[in-house]
Amino acid sequence: MSPHLTIWRWGPHMVVSILHRITGAGLSIIGLAVLTWWLLAIAGGADAYATFVKAATHWLGTIVLIGLTWAFFQHLFSGIRHLIMDTGMGFELSANKAGAIATIVGSIVATAIIWAYWLGAFA
Amino acid sequence: MSIGDSASDVGKVRGLGSARAGGVDWLSERLTSIALLLLGTWFLASLLFLPKLDERTLVEWLRGAGGAVPMALFVIVAFWHAVDGLKQSVDDYVSGEVGRWVVNIVILFFAVAGASLSLFALGKIAFGAAA
Repeated sequence: MSPHLTIWRWGPHMVVSILHRITGAGLSIIGLAVLTWWLLAIAGGADAYATFVKAATHWLGTIVLIGLTWAFFQHLFSGIRHLIMDTGMGFELSANKAGAIATIVGSIVATAIIWAYWLGAFA
Repeated sequence: MSIGDSASDVGKVRGLGSARAGGVDWLSERLTSIALLLLGTWFLASLLFLPKLDERTLVEWLRGAGGAVPMALFVIVAFWHAVDGLKQSVDDYVSGEVGRWVVNIVILFFAVAGASLSLFALGKIAFGAAA
């Protein structure tokens, strides 16, 4: 672990950097497990799919899916930011901070819009 | 005792040039991320624009090439990118060469198994008898 975590004053860029790894690990382990289960459930026929739907519409399952949606957007937006920074752009302090904050705001807004739609449609 | 035995790690490799393979992991992570920009957006947009998310609608969607092929690509590239990303975290945080090696291989085995299960499911949906 970087020893600097305890030394530097926390800023949005540090939060987003760590969120990129946490959301990446979450999507890799939980996200891909759910995706695999979902595809197997569709292939397994009506009963298998009903079991998946039952778990997904349970409040705990829905919280996991909302969390995965947020992780997807946070990792997506932060990933785009990383690709831009790979070109050497966006390292000025103000631009870097604004970009980091934009990924956090963007992921929350996108998740809220999609789940407002889904919860409304399936309610 | 030769000079090589007493030399430090840096001393042993100094002057040999690069291994010419150092950029592979970096590039693989970026290229799969760019592919996932498209495939991940397609996946979420599909879930949003499908008329219903019941079994019948999903099977019909995944029986056609327009659903099955991008979904197969999404599965393959997502698992690939997951291996790349988890490897980077493992290489950063797991100490000891043997430990890193073992954890990375366990991750790779799980990823190949998960991707195979997903592709099997897609094949069953696409080529199975119509319900």
